[in-house]
Amino acid sequence: MAYGPHTNEDRARMLAAIGVESVDELFADIPPSLRASKLELPSPESEAELTVRLRDLASRNRVDLASFLGAGAYRHFTPAVVDQLLLRGEFYTAYTPYQPEISQGTLQTIYEYQSLMAELTGLDVVSASHYDGAAATAEAALMSCRATRRERVLVGRGVHPHYRETLRTYFGGASLVADEIPLVSEGPTAGTTDLAALERMLAGADRPVAGVVVANPSFLGLLEPMAEMGRLAHAAGALFVAVVEPVSLAVLATPGEYGADIAAGEGQSLGLPLSYGGPYLGILACREALVRGIPGRLVGMTTDIDGRRAFVMTLRAREQDIRREKASSNICTNQALCALAAAMYLGAMGPHGLRDVAALGAARAGELESALAAAGAPRMHPGPYLNEFAVRVPAAPAVHARLIERGILAGLPLARVLPDDPSLADALLVCATEVTTPDEIAAFAGALGDELVGGTGHEGADREGVGRETAR
Amino acid sequence: MVPQDLRYTKEHEWVRLEGEIATIGITDYAAEQLGDIVFVELPEIGRTVSQFATIGVIESVKAVSDLFAPVGGEVVESNAELSGAPELLNSDPFGKGWMLRIEVADAGQLDGLLDAAAYEALTAEA
Amino acid sequence: MTSTESEGRPTTPAGDRLGPTLFERSRPGRGGGKVPHPPKDALARIPADLLRAEGPRLPEVSEPELTRHYVNLSKLNYSVDSGFYPLGSCTMKYNPKIDEWAARLAGFSTLHPFAPDDLAQGTLQLLWELETALAEIGGMKAVTLQPAAGAQGELTGILMVRAYHRSRGDTDRSEVLVPDSAHGTNPATASMAGFRTVSIPSAPDGGVDVEAFRSALGPRTAAVMITNPSTLGLFESRLCELLDAIHEAGALAYMDGANLNAIMGRFKPGDAGFDVMHFNMHKTFSTPHGGGGPGAGPVGVGGTLLPFLPSPRVLREPDGRFRLEAAGERPTGIGRVRAFVGNAGILVRAYVYIRAHGDSGLREVSDDAVLAANYLKSRLAGVVDVPFSRPCMHEFVASSASLKAETGIRTLDVAKRLIDYGFHPPTIYFPLTVEEALLIEPTETESLETLDAFVEAMARIVEEAHSSPDLLHSAPHYSPVRRLDETTAARQPNLRWRAMTGSQTPCPD
Repeated sequence: MAYGPHTNEDRARMLAAIGVESVDELFADIPPSLRASKLELPSPESEAELTVRLRDLASRNRVDLASFLGAGAYRHFTPAVVDQLLLRGEFYTAYTPYQPEISQGTLQTIYEYQSLMAELTGLDVVSASHYDGAAATAEAALMSCRATRRERVLVGRGVHPHYRETLRTYFGGASLVADEIPLVSEGPTAGTTDLAALERMLAGADRPVAGVVVANPSFLGLLEPMAEMGRLAHAAGALFVAVVEPVSLAVLATPGEYGADIAAGEGQSLGLPLSYGGPYLGILACREALVRGIPGRLVGMTTDIDGRRAFVMTLRAREQDIRREKASSNICTNQALCALAAAMYLGAMGPHGLRDVAALGAARAGELESALAAAGAPRMHPGPYLNEFAVRVPAAPAVHARLIERGILAGLPLARVLPDDPSLADALLVCATEVTTPDEIAAFAGALGDELVGGTGHEGADREGVGRETAR
Repeated sequence: MVPQDLRYTKEHEWVRLEGEIATIGITDYAAEQLGDIVFVELPEIGRTVSQFATIGVIESVKAVSDLFAPVGGEVVESNAELSGAPELLNSDPFGKGWMLRIEVADAGQLDGLLDAAAYEALTAEA
Repeated sequence: MTSTESEGRPTTPAGDRLGPTLFERSRPGRGGGKVPHPPKDALARIPADLLRAEGPRLPEVSEPELTRHYVNLSKLNYSVDSGFYPLGSCTMKYNPKIDEWAARLAGFSTLHPFAPDDLAQGTLQLLWELETALAEIGGMKAVTLQPAAGAQGELTGILMVRAYHRSRGDTDRSEVLVPDSAHGTNPATASMAGFRTVSIPSAPDGGVDVEAFRSALGPRTAAVMITNPSTLGLFESRLCELLDAIHEAGALAYMDGANLNAIMGRFKPGDAGFDVMHFNMHKTFSTPHGGGGPGAGPVGVGGTLLPFLPSPRVLREPDGRFRLEAAGERPTGIGRVRAFVGNAGILVRAYVYIRAHGDSGLREVSDDAVLAANYLKSRLAGVVDVPFSRPCMHEFVASSASLKAETGIRTLDVAKRLIDYGFHPPTIYFPLTVEEALLIEPTETESLETLDAFVEAMARIVEEAHSSPDLLHSAPHYSPVRRLDETTAARQPNLRWRAMTGSQTPCPD
């Protein structure tokens, strides 16, 4: 058998000790009518055969394109030391630290993760992890309802569409209401959350609001007026929930600074591979006053009976195994190893390195903006952004498909995820990070320029050549 | 031996009635069952509660217990010291560990509760 | 932790102590060199009032210090790679290294979740094949791989049940029945999905009390959540009756698949009549526990719930190409429970595990898991109480109730003393239905030497309970830290490092 150590002698010994003739007798409790038919699965494969199969499958993914895709998952450089340390079996094959005396490695590293994220978010209480940014956002919204005992939240349309969908799924179970705050359609603040609409929505005294949920940067990459929205939320007795991106927090104003009560976000940018969407890292943080309502594990510092510093999971009475049907959340297994990877990443990068990552992304994004505008695809919105933005491209989905053939993954056609907004039908959401190169930007702009002109003129041929090299 | 002049509930709470005000707490038996108490959630002042309604929560390190109103009425006072010193429930449950005071709507409700002897019999069985 | 298997005597780990936090190791100017410097005006176009006032106070450590920090912390951890975890209901089997290699193939690890389907054919094929395999193992019609954990799988399943009843116009079904021996996630899930939990007592033989069950079942029952084998490691022998009653009442049957390791190839929940179940990849299918995740909790459904699966599903076209369902393609779906299609990196590992074992291998896994559990149970029968004498499945519950009565030693003390013998304790005080419970699950990947050494250690500890109980009350003695002050940790929570903390709590070294 693949990994089991038992030989037939071992099995015979065990059967003898138990006092049965065959292992079938041990399954006698299964009623005969419920006994299973044979498993219709392929035969076992040796490790050598498996490696061939897996290499083949992996090779059917195209990951060689110059990618400008963001939209909630980002290409970043991860220092080699992170994976080397993460592969230590004592970390990745350890169980949940319910026996703290022999789990101090896991416990201290999670405490450090909590502390690092508290620094980034400016909020003192950080859970040991949630599933991903979407689930964390949904749970943050639920938190606001429990804390205020109100049943309605307002969610900005600048929050990632998949997060809003997830929130609606979670809310459906809880019979709560989520109303969406529209975006400004024109003018200098176009594409950001409509403050006047928000104020009107908060005003209905018969439908009090538990929480206002807004993302910064938004899904469209824009920087939002968080402090003002926080003030409006608090004036109406609602909590303010900020959906954040951790690398950006190296440079952008923090939830703590602009008065958020709860922060949720996706930690994939902190050293986790893209991996087709998971495992990722749900970040959930809150002010100290809300600590008893935050779902997920919490690690605290304490001492042992000899007075040594030690770490332990604490405030456990919130959790499902103790509270059962009264628990604020059913979460048990979370994403601890991902939180560890994030902590290692932050340790390896340091405050200056993280700031450099954010700033480099911003610099590259600025170059990308200019190059695309020169190629005929200007930014759609005028407001400030960090490293992600939407550009206007006629027939964007078709252009996007043709650019793939030219080796460019030109971001995300917004029509794909925001089909109800006709103003975004001709838009691509693009981003740049510290790993985006000037050559890639030039290739993208060149190929795009060709597509928009619609021709393959002399200049076009040169750019195509560059495009093909990149596609290899 | 529990204080003889109090009334008790099956959920291990005690009540002392003085005039129209009932002072409420948990018994030493309850505190011992829970272990080290770490947090107490009490109802807001002014809230009207009915008898046996769930009005709060008592958390220990490894367990949680609901707090019930032994009598109905309006919450007029809660023990502010408990937020900083929940251990008072362990060290002095009948004294400094008192939890809240209710202005009783119907004093007759206390008659339905256990007296000291009945409560002691209950805990002896357990 | 040093292994004590060969000698059976507690040994003192050498050099294993806590070290300072990363924050205490920080010195200004350390570290750096990981990314190039940005141009000075990189952020000039952003208004100053949108920037943070001060940089985050993250620690500055050099790579060698970072490495030593984590390597030394790792040595304080017990792990499957270092020793036996007889943790009931957790299935702490060996985590194959080929799984780690496969997940790290660049084709899988660098694929963006928004990559167009044509660029993701390898992963989509893997996910589709995994769904098919899980459907076969569970006897189900279809599977979703979205949920990130068993609990999220439970929520997904119960939300589908809710959607199903609503689609039939049946809005009276407000209750979910859960045996009192169930894992805490079950009732917590029911609450999150908007249902009231009705707890069903267990019968003396450890199964669900069928009469109590029948009287609780009715027109308000939306679903019944059953763990099978139960959390006592016993197969619900009256399962047919239970399932028939559930369906007659118009409710649906949910199976918590945490204990699937016992029954692969022997019992298929869907074929038996369960409408929905979840799988725990990090239990049955060996994806690593990681100190608390990530895992994955795929959900399998029969025909009744198929329309309600979360979107998007992974589909295969007639020409053999794979794709994700388009938005709006299946409006009956309950929507998303997370941003993307699943913990794909974890699912790659589970896929490799399933393919390594194949049809015969998975059945052998269950056979060996059940065999090993019964072996341990028969050898421990003379050492501690074993309340249920009939053959167990992959796990069994023992109890320190007699030991407590005779010596005052409780399950907690036994557990802490096992640490001194080099073993992680079993699951303790669960299920709630057994006094002083020890839930023991060896899994199929532990050698006989290990199992025998565990029995030896338990026997020694029981002797010590009689001869020197104080040794147990104050155990563990040989771990990096000893029993912790959990009370202060909860009364005065210290959940993050602050610059002041170092002066208040002793900094090791």
